[in-house]
Amino acid sequence: MAEDTVLRAEGVSAGYGKKVVVDGLAFEVRAGEILTIIGPNGAGKSTVLKSIAAQLPLISGRVSICGGDLSSMKESDISRRLSVCLTDRIDAEKMTCSDIVSTGRYPYTGRLGLLTDGDRAAVREAMELTGTAYLADTDFRCISDGQRQTVMLARAIAQQPQVMLLDEPTSFLDINNKLRLLTVLRELVRSRNIAVVQSLHEIDLAQRFSDKILCVHSGKADRLGTPEDIFSDGYISGLYSMTSGTFNGLFGTAEAERVTGRPEVFVIGGGGSGIPMYRMLQRRGTAFAAGVIHENDLDFPVAAALSAELITEKSFESVSAESLRRAKELIDRCGSVICTVKSFGQMNLANKELAGYADSLGKLRGSI
Amino acid sequence: MERKRAVRWTVCFLLLTALTLFFAVTELVCGSSGLSVREVAEALSGESNDTAAYRIVSEIRLPRAAAALLLGGALSVSGYLLQSFFANPIAGPYVLGISSGAKLTVAVAMIVSLQHGFVMNSALMVAASFAGSVAAMGVILLFAGRVRNMAQLIIAGVMTGYICSAVTELFVTFADDSNIVNLHNWSMGSFSGIDMADVRVIAVIVLAGTAAAFMLSKPMSAYQLGESYAVNMGVNIRMFRLALILLSGMLSACVTAFAGPVSFVGVAVPHLMKGLFGTAKPIVIIPASFVGGAAFCLACDLIARTVFSPVELSISTVTAVFGAPVVIAVMLGRNKERRGI
Repeated sequence: MAEDTVLRAEGVSAGYGKKVVVDGLAFEVRAGEILTIIGPNGAGKSTVLKSIAAQLPLISGRVSICGGDLSSMKESDISRRLSVCLTDRIDAEKMTCSDIVSTGRYPYTGRLGLLTDGDRAAVREAMELTGTAYLADTDFRCISDGQRQTVMLARAIAQQPQVMLLDEPTSFLDINNKLRLLTVLRELVRSRNIAVVQSLHEIDLAQRFSDKILCVHSGKADRLGTPEDIFSDGYISGLYSMTSGTFNGLFGTAEAERVTGRPEVFVIGGGGSGIPMYRMLQRRGTAFAAGVIHENDLDFPVAAALSAELITEKSFESVSAESLRRAKELIDRCGSVICTVKSFGQMNLANKELAGYADSLGKLRGSI
Repeated sequence: MERKRAVRWTVCFLLLTALTLFFAVTELVCGSSGLSVREVAEALSGESNDTAAYRIVSEIRLPRAAAALLLGGALSVSGYLLQSFFANPIAGPYVLGISSGAKLTVAVAMIVSLQHGFVMNSALMVAASFAGSVAAMGVILLFAGRVRNMAQLIIAGVMTGYICSAVTELFVTFADDSNIVNLHNWSMGSFSGIDMADVRVIAVIVLAGTAAAFMLSKPMSAYQLGESYAVNMGVNIRMFRLALILLSGMLSACVTAFAGPVSFVGVAVPHLMKGLFGTAKPIVIIPASFVGGAAFCLACDLIARTVFSPVELSISTVTAVFGAPVVIAVMLGRNKERRGI
């Protein structure tokens, strides 16, 4: 066990009563690290978080924070080491956002819960860090879901724990705020030397902001590793049993399901110019062919995911006569041809020839 | 903001205290035999301790005013504790049928003891009342496990109250005539007929209960965010919930034992206080509810006593007139807030 391990789970089975939801959990999170739990709906991500947070009794196994077994710690000791941000809806009457964040100081206040200047400073700091200071005096019920989520995150930060457990902390946020808050979190874990365990549905963000990823699937901890380990070999598509579309592990992008059948349109693309056209044709439900696309072309992953037929060429090679011949055959079978390429170079001279060929057949269109 | 709040809270507390004092003095002065403030003051200071004025003040009006003050405070605090427990702003000992449960056991205990030829002392009354309160709470808790919606819980409580009242009526119908007169007054709710010895018992129970509730204000504030967050803040939920239920039961049992069931104070006053103080912090609202409840019940008792004098209204008649509209306002207000989000 490394010295800076903050949170450690060994052989944990999490669930309700005797019913095991997730089995075989074992992981370590070190100071300054973010562990993200991903997995399909209902896989038990929240159950895992609740079990680590000592909100659910463990069915078996052991969770420890900085070496101390959680099950033998007093509630008040746990509360100083571990804070949570949950998906539970809060119906707080007549509480300002700063009142809500102040509840994070609960473990540190005396018998009556009166805040000291130090507590107020911690509350203010957490609100400034999350960019919610401007909401301090606003009623918590009168703000948006996204703002509420951010305030709850500020609350978890104000508790100054060693471990933060966050259940889908960004689900209600817009894309800018998602990036902003995950950046804040990443800086926070490093500057305060703490650990974060969070669940995320935004797997593209999980890929970018996690040090470790734990995949939960079919009642067990399926895989644990770095984002590079997890986002390879089409593992994600399998994890989520993706049936209507594909996920590109390298870019972290999703594409809708391809339209199959006899292609009606041939798209001459390349260099990223074809991507909007592929997606438009897919939306319209038109089966299309694409070519000639190099395997290292920006267009390639999208064309491969969406086209009914695709003519490719090896990376860094000029287009072969064989590929050109097959492309021409396809153009003969298609009703129309669209060329999205604006300029041609040495490597894709063949595509210029294809455009000319389509034009001579009277099939070339500027758009569809 | 912090400073503005502190000023507001101080002003409100001073205002409520002044209001309570004003109504208390008016209680002592007003009545079928008009006494001047000076006569009352003399009676209280014990300067003239064998005049009619002295007897009226010290034996009738002072215990009554003290009872209205203490029991009004107790009811409001009890209501606030129940609202925290159920996370439901219209919970209260009366609407949840807890007062009626207490009424039932007290009525049964009274009838049985009178048949065996002895009169119950106040401690026994409180004990019987507490047993009824806790039993009714048990029933409500069974319902609470099954219903998610706050209105359903209230309906379950109101129905429990009706059943308890019906059973009480049954016992009263078959009781001896002499018992009924006694019971009838009490079962309608009234602060009359309480003597100074009772007031001492009331003071001990109510002040201790309120102080204990005040000491719970820290976990209560954590519990306002919901059970999961409260657990994470280090609250021992089981002990906390037990303490809430027992304290609330004890306070409302004390009221029912001495004054019978008193309606709506427990719901209306905490709500009015939250509006007045502009916060829901338990550390503010518990003492505010106590003082506010005292003022509210003193005022209502004054009205019950004087408006149709010499006929006296039951206290619940008056508290319902002022309290029930507040309950309706709470429900409408919540709907509006929900939509506003």
